[in-house]
Amino acid sequence: MELFELTALELGEKLRSGEVTREEAVEAARARIRAAQPANNAFVTVTEAPAPAAEGAASPLAGVPMAYKDNICTRGVRTTCASKILGDFTPCYDATVVERLAAAGAVSLGKLNMDEFAMGSTSETSCFGAVKNPWDLTRAAGGSSGGAAAAVAAGEVWYAIGSDTGGSIRQPAAYCSVTGMKPTYGTVSRYGLIAYASSLDQMGPIARSAADCAAVLDVMMGKDARDSTSLDVPAGGLLASLTGDLRGKKIGLPADCFGDGLDGEVRSAVLAAAEVLKARGATVEEFALPVMEYVVPAYYIIACAEASSNLSRFDGVKYGWRAEGYEDLGELYTRTRTQGFGTEVKRRILLGTFVLSSGYYDAYYKKALQTKAVIKAAFDRAFEQYDLLLTPVAPTTAPKLGESLTDPLKMYLSDIYTVSVNLAGLPALSMPCGFDSKGLPIGAQLIGPALGDAAVLNAAYGFQLDTDYHRQSPKGGDEV
Amino acid sequence: MKITEEMVDYISQLSRLQLPQEEKTAMTAQLEGIVAYMDVLNRLDTSGVEPVSHIFPLKNVTRSDEVVPSGDREELLANGPAVKDGAFLVPKTVE
Repeated sequence: MELFELTALELGEKLRSGEVTREEAVEAARARIRAAQPANNAFVTVTEAPAPAAEGAASPLAGVPMAYKDNICTRGVRTTCASKILGDFTPCYDATVVERLAAAGAVSLGKLNMDEFAMGSTSETSCFGAVKNPWDLTRAAGGSSGGAAAAVAAGEVWYAIGSDTGGSIRQPAAYCSVTGMKPTYGTVSRYGLIAYASSLDQMGPIARSAADCAAVLDVMMGKDARDSTSLDVPAGGLLASLTGDLRGKKIGLPADCFGDGLDGEVRSAVLAAAEVLKARGATVEEFALPVMEYVVPAYYIIACAEASSNLSRFDGVKYGWRAEGYEDLGELYTRTRTQGFGTEVKRRILLGTFVLSSGYYDAYYKKALQTKAVIKAAFDRAFEQYDLLLTPVAPTTAPKLGESLTDPLKMYLSDIYTVSVNLAGLPALSMPCGFDSKGLPIGAQLIGPALGDAAVLNAAYGFQLDTDYHRQSPKGGDEV
Repeated sequence: MKITEEMVDYISQLSRLQLPQEEKTAMTAQLEGIVAYMDVLNRLDTSGVEPVSHIFPLKNVTRSDEVVPSGDREELLANGPAVKDGAFLVPKTVE
């Protein structure tokens, strides 16, 4: 087995035993980046001279090369959000997660491509060009953390940190056959994450296995005074808690996630995953979750409203790019924003401004916040009966590049299985569970109750003890 | 509901955006489609439901009132597209 096919924990073990040196690990990753980047465009910035791992770090991932989605602030390394408007913005501080991971011995090889400002489901709205799926370069890697998923799938890094506002970690993980986790809202500090929709945004890992995700989250999680929404709850111990034992666990399948619009091959693969969990001792049953009908509109109203406010800071004054040819301050703002933002970002800013504007606020924004309360209550009731829920991640496998750009509403609807999790603040994980007849990866989503991150990871860990979908690598994803 | 080009002009102005005519026409049609879809929410009875903005009931989160270093002035200014005399430079705003 090649080094790049190992999980992050396996590589960490070889680094500790001395079988592989840290320099060899970095060189192996850089060789993979040189080979795969021209084909998949997963990186925006490759760090020329990565800082060596912190000495004496106790993390099992010390010395393992990784990378960050390019909306996470990295001191001294350009951070673009894949947007023209940020220009060569170079943060003078690290995000809290970057500080914590660096102290634990993480070696960052650079910044990963994404949808502009994390707004998109295919990583095609990047001003640096689309990310291509290593399993089929004519297809999307998913989004918005498409670069993170593609880089891990192609073996360019052993894990990556993404962000998830409505599925942006889980859906690209599913399209690229890697494991991605959005933890409970508030368990990971958002300090240094460039905001899209603050009440929904959460960072998390993309890696080969659930165990790798647990090890990364053990470092990332924890209260941070710089993010007042971060929760003061115990952090760490996730990796040590994994047993794979699912005896006595009750898993619910929401029937409303297996109905119309779901591809037949995806349905079969996810139902087969349920059988694997059953064989490990879980009981599985269907139940009704009719609020699924309302999750996409509620999500897009809330996300766009918050985006329209958050993105008002990009005005060409304090950082980033500034347009030319302005006469006064108002024109400076307008020209910079009009030329600096891409179409999808402008669409969401306008939509958000509309739902917040006088006369429409109650009908759309307030209604969406009430719907959010109804959705949360429906999940609360579900978790009175079940320990975990199992759903598909996306209705189909990875779409052809270009297909989603022409019909924004169709793209929004494809987020149906993931956005409810963000609205309810829940932990959820996407794990590889098969391939369709075209050889494209399929993902299954495990959802847990708030702060049930360990239970989600444990079920995925158990699933991965009995399956090898997560150990498969794309063949021939390097040809341009 | 009907989205008109005048409405798009108004929200564009609020957003400090100015769409070229061709983009405006396309955007108007797309926004109308999206907003029409969002009207699905009208089927859900939410009378008496309190709106939820934050999912966890965090209240009055404070930190200790200690002076800690924030960003370095020179480093922060280095990211400005136009900077002069230790300040961000913009066109004259007061006549």
